[in-house]
Amino acid sequence: MDNSQDKIKSIRLLSGNEALAAGAYEAGVRVAAAYPGTPSSEILECIASEYREIDSQWSVNEKVAMEVALGASIGGVRALYASKHVGINVAMDPLMTAAYTGINGGFVVITCDDPGLHSSQNEQDNRLVAEFAKIPLIEPASPSEAKEFIKIAYDLSEKFDTPVLFRMTTRISHTKEDVLLGTRTEVAPKGHNIDPQKYVMVPANAYRKHAELEKKLEDLRGFAELTELNKTEYNDKKIGFITSGVMYYYAKEKYPDASFLKLGMSFPFPSEKVKEFVKEVKKVYVLEELEPFIENKIRALGLKCKYRDPSFRIGEIRPEHIPDIVKGKTKEEKKIVSRKPVLCPGCSHRPVFSVLKKLKCIVTGDIGCYTLAALPPLGALHTCVCMGGGITMFDGMKRAVGKNVVGVIGDSTFMHSGITGLINAVYNKQKGVILILDNSTTAMTGGQPHPGTGMTIKQEPTKKLDLVQVCKACGVDNVDVADPFDVQSLETLIKTRMEGDSLSVVIARFPCRVVSRIRHEAVSLISEKCKKCYACLNVGCPAIVKTETGEITINKQYCVGCGLCVKVCPFKALVQDEKK
Amino acid sequence: MKKNKRSTSIIFYGIGGQGVIKAAEVCGWAALFDGYHVKQSEVHGMAQRGGSVESHLIFGEEVFSPLVPEGEADVIVCFHESEHSRLKHFLKKGGVDLLPYLKLADQCAESKKFSNTFILGVLSKYLDISRESWMKAIERVFASKSLNENIRVFMSGLEQGGRK
Repeated sequence: MDNSQDKIKSIRLLSGNEALAAGAYEAGVRVAAAYPGTPSSEILECIASEYREIDSQWSVNEKVAMEVALGASIGGVRALYASKHVGINVAMDPLMTAAYTGINGGFVVITCDDPGLHSSQNEQDNRLVAEFAKIPLIEPASPSEAKEFIKIAYDLSEKFDTPVLFRMTTRISHTKEDVLLGTRTEVAPKGHNIDPQKYVMVPANAYRKHAELEKKLEDLRGFAELTELNKTEYNDKKIGFITSGVMYYYAKEKYPDASFLKLGMSFPFPSEKVKEFVKEVKKVYVLEELEPFIENKIRALGLKCKYRDPSFRIGEIRPEHIPDIVKGKTKEEKKIVSRKPVLCPGCSHRPVFSVLKKLKCIVTGDIGCYTLAALPPLGALHTCVCMGGGITMFDGMKRAVGKNVVGVIGDSTFMHSGITGLINAVYNKQKGVILILDNSTTAMTGGQPHPGTGMTIKQEPTKKLDLVQVCKACGVDNVDVADPFDVQSLETLIKTRMEGDSLSVVIARFPCRVVSRIRHEAVSLISEKCKKCYACLNVGCPAIVKTETGEITINKQYCVGCGLCVKVCPFKALVQDEKK
Repeated sequence: MKKNKRSTSIIFYGIGGQGVIKAAEVCGWAALFDGYHVKQSEVHGMAQRGGSVESHLIFGEEVFSPLVPEGEADVIVCFHESEHSRLKHFLKKGGVDLLPYLKLADQCAESKKFSNTFILGVLSKYLDISRESWMKAIERVFASKSLNENIRVFMSGLEQGGRK
């Protein structure tokens, strides 16, 4: 071991997201705002818990987060925004015009893309957002690089008066690496100089700013040619790779002796650097995930390179794919049978969807754990497109098919973008039932607080938003709070409300078990009473297992004693000593 | 840094709630305390309980890819028998598969809660990481109230390692 003890003390095993938090801290960031979303959530969580001098917040949604961070930047401090790739869609409105206004304190916008859709509804490539918004794009390839690059991003932002798009992917966000921590460089607040021509985007000002922006992009292009973010490594000149993000390390693993042009800043595109590399190296392969972003730029330059088969544009690229790309093969998707994600044992969403299944409703769903109710055996959620869609698509669906539609949304998602849809439904005279599945947390992303929990990201108490009052204030006719585990009453209530000529919200409220740790006596099976009808399996609980010989067993380690299976067993073979 | 030029790669896998990622983290810290470079990749998100979980860990003097390519893992550590076949093909020829220790872990560990610590003890037998670094890593990752149990279970795993 040749590391000095002091150095070891400042080395941490950090994920890419935690490394970004550390980098933001070292860069002197003062305000950070985000809405949770896998794979981005840990950035703000880490800032809030480790670097408390940064004013951090879970915003209500990504648009809000972007505006809070932009406001802080224009107010003269270094500011940070973070979200998953689809979160950027929600925040596009301020982002597009922020490119025109420019910034004051450095402003970095982090997008965590999810090639391979590990937990997302699409796999859009946000490198294209940089070009669309006309802002520089920085892409690290590892956690330690993420920490160093974000510091460069802040300097770049201030030097060129622009927001910087910082693109991570799941493999970088969720890879842990030994990272050397540094110290914080304080950047004094600049204050805000009133400058309407810069910050008031009325047409005359915006026109002028657009012209400035085009000039700025030219300057940035010059920077991209010279920056060390784009790094050439000449080794064996017979074969070379132009890489984006983590592709560099995958290729390095398989072809350690090849030459590399590692692009850490691919927009504006460093054309000259690429031309030189292609001239020097005999066979050049372009390695990138998802869209042919770099490929199209090189094709436009008329250079001769080797590109991936288009089949590699879909899904994640893994290290073992690199030789296939080199050989010009198509992407071979190995069928790895993995366990489907399921609702946790005792999840309060399960009884709600068992009722909706029984009622044979069309259910417009939303983004959250409850999306898993779309899978068998529940199969009781029928649309999932975007945050807030559970309510608004209910509205539209009902206009198309008439009766028997129920809209479903989670509590955090309701805060995010359900409220506007609810007001819209009231305003446009919609009738029917909307369910808010209130587990009092942002469960799917790991249990973050939101306005309805009465806690901030720093675990400080704050005003707690009352869901019932909000729905009433929106103009909903009937607002009920129901216990999801009282299945009988819930069914009756939903039926009654569906039949009524009014708009109703039913709030099914029970705290997420992963967060609250509420558990009861586990269920037991009286095997002589079991007739193997398997009604209990339809509950879809991971604690209920059918053995190879067809017996039912209860995994007592998993079972939290919610008692839902006890209620569905027609032979009373499942029992629970203590009722919940 | 260690002189070991070649990096060592391990895949930990099982199902959500078993402590798969925590086990990988202990091993990652142990390697780090021993002066290696470390990359540990994992995917979490959907499914807090019961879904498939895997974590790739690579350590060495120099580490490139955060993912272990198929057929190149030195060791595979599976925490759930039914999952074993899923990633078996990641193991290199002549690599070490710790599955045979799984049953033993359930018997030897004081509670199923500690089976992953037992397996870590077994694993330590196959890796070039000092005992001292393992202990520091266990201390770092596990809660202090269960620290003594974890150390005890780790040691019994260590005794069993290499016997199968």
